[in-house]
Amino acid sequence: MPMDELTADHAHDDHDHRPGFFKRWFLSTNHKDIGTLYLVFALIAGVVGYSLSGLIRLELAEPGIGPMSQLMQFFGAQAGDEAIEQAKQFYNVVITYHGLIMIFFMVMPALIGGFGNWFVPLMIGAPDMAFPRMNNISFWLTVAAFALLMLSLFTPSGTGGNGFGGGWVLYPPLSSLKGHPGPAMDLLILSLHTAGIASILGAINFIVTILNMRAPGMTLHNMPLFSWSILVTAVLLLLALPVLAGALTMLLTDRNFGSQFFDPSGGGDPIMFQHLFWFFGHPEVYIMILPAFGLVSHIISTFSNKPIFGYLGMAYAMVSIGAIGFIVWAHHMYTVGMPSDMKAYFVAATMVIAVPTGIKIFSWIATMWGGSISFEVPMVWAIGFIFLFTVGGVTGVVLANAGIDHALHDTYYVVAHFHYVLSLGAVFGLFAGWYYWFEKMFGVKYNKTLGLAHFWTMFIGSNVLFFPQHFLGLNGMPRRYIDYADGFALWHYWSSIGYAITMVGTVIFFVSLVEAAIRRRKAEANPWGPGANTLEWTLPSPPPFHQFNELPVIEPDKAH
Amino acid sequence: MADEVRHDYHLVNPSPWPLFGSLAVTVLAIGAVTFMKGLFGFEQGYPWIMVAGFAMVIWVMIGWWREVIKEGRAGDHTPVVEIGLKYGMVLFIASEVMFFGAWFWSFFEFTIFFDARVGDTFDYTNAIYAEGLERFAQWPPTGVKTFDPFHLPLMNTLILLLSGTTVTAAHHALQHDKLDNAKLMLFLTVILGLVFTSLQAIEYAEAQFTYDGTLYGSAFFMATGFHGAHVIIGTIFLAVCLMRIYAGNMTSKKHLGFEFAAWYWHFVDVVWLFLFAFVYVLPHLILGH
Repeated sequence: MPMDELTADHAHDDHDHRPGFFKRWFLSTNHKDIGTLYLVFALIAGVVGYSLSGLIRLELAEPGIGPMSQLMQFFGAQAGDEAIEQAKQFYNVVITYHGLIMIFFMVMPALIGGFGNWFVPLMIGAPDMAFPRMNNISFWLTVAAFALLMLSLFTPSGTGGNGFGGGWVLYPPLSSLKGHPGPAMDLLILSLHTAGIASILGAINFIVTILNMRAPGMTLHNMPLFSWSILVTAVLLLLALPVLAGALTMLLTDRNFGSQFFDPSGGGDPIMFQHLFWFFGHPEVYIMILPAFGLVSHIISTFSNKPIFGYLGMAYAMVSIGAIGFIVWAHHMYTVGMPSDMKAYFVAATMVIAVPTGIKIFSWIATMWGGSISFEVPMVWAIGFIFLFTVGGVTGVVLANAGIDHALHDTYYVVAHFHYVLSLGAVFGLFAGWYYWFEKMFGVKYNKTLGLAHFWTMFIGSNVLFFPQHFLGLNGMPRRYIDYADGFALWHYWSSIGYAITMVGTVIFFVSLVEAAIRRRKAEANPWGPGANTLEWTLPSPPPFHQFNELPVIEPDKAH
Repeated sequence: MADEVRHDYHLVNPSPWPLFGSLAVTVLAIGAVTFMKGLFGFEQGYPWIMVAGFAMVIWVMIGWWREVIKEGRAGDHTPVVEIGLKYGMVLFIASEVMFFGAWFWSFFEFTIFFDARVGDTFDYTNAIYAEGLERFAQWPPTGVKTFDPFHLPLMNTLILLLSGTTVTAAHHALQHDKLDNAKLMLFLTVILGLVFTSLQAIEYAEAQFTYDGTLYGSAFFMATGFHGAHVIIGTIFLAVCLMRIYAGNMTSKKHLGFEFAAWYWHFVDVVWLFLFAFVYVLPHLILGH
C-alpha cells in the first residue's frame, strides 16, 4: 500500500490501516500476516526437527554407539556404561521429538496454517477468514504447544535423562507412570492437547470460511482444488483430534490420578490406547498430505497450461480419501494380536484407499499429457512430489497386507515408506507451494537457479537417504534402535550420506532466501502466465492488506 | 484498493486476547504439571501456578467475549456473519461429540471385551495375575457395586429433559418479545441445571467405587465427570444469557448467544441420554448389576 494512502483519511474505516509492528505481528487479525507467522514458525520448528534427524543419521552412520555417547560425555557423563546408557535414552528422545516436531509443528503449520491461511481466502475471493481473531489464537496456541514440547525435552524423564523417549505414538506402558514417571511426559501430553485445541479452532475457521465466504458465483463445484483439500483436511482435524484428546486425557489421569484405562494390572487395556491413537493418527497422515495434493493440482495445471484433468473426480477423490481414512486405523496395529477377520477387514479397507489415490496420480499425469509444459521451479518440485509420493504409496500397498506387515512391522521398511509419503511427499509439496506462491506472498522474486539447485540436491539427497532404508527393513533392521549388527552398516552409511546431501540442499534454500531478500527483484502480479487462473493471481504481489473490498464475481463456468 | 468496504463480512480489529490466551494456557499447562509432578523446584502439589493460569484463562474468556458482544451490538454481526457464527458453533459441538466418542469408546471396550482381555493375556502361573484374572473375569469387576439406574439417575434424566423444554419455551418467548416469560423460563432452566449438578454430586458422594480403585470407576467417572463439567459450563452459559436479557442485550431478532447456549444445552442433554442408556441402564438390564 503506498504511503499516501496510509496517511489519507479513513476515519470511517480503520480496517485499512496497516497497524504498527507489535500490533501487526502479535495481535494480528489478518489472514495473510497470520499465514506468514505460521510459515516463519514452521521454518524454525523445521530447522529444529531437521537437526534432530541429523543427530539420528550421525549416530547411525556407523555401527556401535559413538557420537551420542561422546555427546553425553561432553555434557558430563562418565565414559563407558553411563555415557552409553544416557546415549540410548537420548537417542529415543531424539527420534520421538523429531517425529512430533515434524508432524505437529512443521508440516501442519506450514501447509494448513501457512498456505491455508494465505490462499484459501484469496482463492475463494474472501476478504479474510471467517473468524480472524480466533485465527490468531490458533497460531499462538501452536507456539505455546511448541514451547511446552521444548520444555519437556529438557525436563526429567524420571528414568534417567531428560525428555520422553517412547516414540511419537506415545504407547503405554512406555508413556505410563511405569515407563516415564517424570514430568517430561506430562508436559508432552499437555503440549499435544494445546496443539490439538489450536488445530480444532483452525479447522472450524477453515470450514466456516469455505462454506460461508466464497465469492458470489463460486459454488463448491467450481471452487479451486486447494480450497477443497483444506476443507477435507479441516473436517478430518475436527473429527479426529478430539479422540486423541480423549486418549491423552486418559493417559494423563492414568499417570497422575490413579485411573487404570491403560493399565492391565487394573484390568485396563494398553491396546485401547493404540486404537484411540490411530483413530486419530490415520486421519492425521491424510491431514498432512491432502493440502499438498491440493496445491500440486494447481501447480501441475498452471505449468501444463491446461485445466486440471477430471476436476470433480479430483475433488471427490480427496473427499473419499478423507472418509475412508477414518475406517482403516488398525492397519497400524496388525501385530497386536487381533483376530484374522479383523485383519482381513482392515487389509481390504486399506487397499480401497489406493483407488482414489490412484485417481489423483493418474489425473495429474493426464493433466500434463499433451500440455505445453514449462519446467519452472514449482513444477519440478510438483513432478518430484508425484514421483516420490507414488513410491511411498506403492510401499504403502505392500504394508497394507497384514501377512507381509507381520514381517515388516516396526522395521526400516516402514520408516522408508512413511518418509517417502511425508518427507518426500508432503515436504516436496510444501516446497512446490513455497516456490509457486513465494512472489505472491513476499512481493519479491527468488533466484530460479538456486531453486532448481535446491530441488536437485534435495531430490538426490533424500532418495539416497531413504531408498536404502527399504533394503534395511527387508533385511530385518528394526526401527528406533541406536545400534545395529554390522551387516546393516553399508546401507546405513549411504543413508547418512544422503542426509549430508540434503544438508547442502538446505543451505541452498537458506541462501536463496537471503539472496531474494537482498536483491529485492520486484514481483509481478502473475508471473506464471495464463495457466495460473485462480483469484490470487488477479491481485498485486504482495496483495493489499485487505483484499476484495469489493467481492469478485465468478462466472459460472469460469473457475478452477 | 483501500476503497470503501463493499461487503458484509466482519473484519476484526487487532486484538490482544489471542496472545494473552496463549500465555494463559502456557501458564496453566506448566502449573498443572507442577501440581501433578513438581517442576522448577516447586514441590509436587504446589497449586498456585495452575490456579493463576486458570484465572488467566477465565480472564481472557471474559475479555474476549465482552469484545464479541460489543461488536455484535455495534452491528458487526450482519446476516452473513451470523450464518458463519452458527456454522462455527455447530462444528464446535461436532468436535465435542467426537471428544465424548473417546469416553464411550473406552466404556464399550471395557464392557464388551472384558473376558476377551482376561482370556489369554494373563499369566495364570503368576499369583498377582491370577488375582487380577479372578477380579476382572466379569464386568463390572468384582467388588464394584453400580448404581440403580432407576433411582437418582432416572431423576436426573427427567430433570435434564425438563430443562430442555424450559429452554425451548424461553426461546419461543424471546422470539415473541415476551421477555418476562423468557426470563422466567431461562431462570428455571438454570435452576434445573444446578439441581442436576447437585444430584450428581450426591450420587458421586454415595458411589460404592472410586475413580482410582477400579477400571469401572475410571471409565464411569471420566464419562459422567466430563458430562458434568459440560453441564456446569452450559449452566454458566445460560446464566450469562439470562443476565444479558436483563441487561436488555437480546431482542426477538438478535439473540445468537442465547441460541448457542440452547444448542449447547441440548447437546449436553443428548449426551446424558446416551450415558443413561449405556452406562447406567444397559449394564443393569443385561448384566444384572
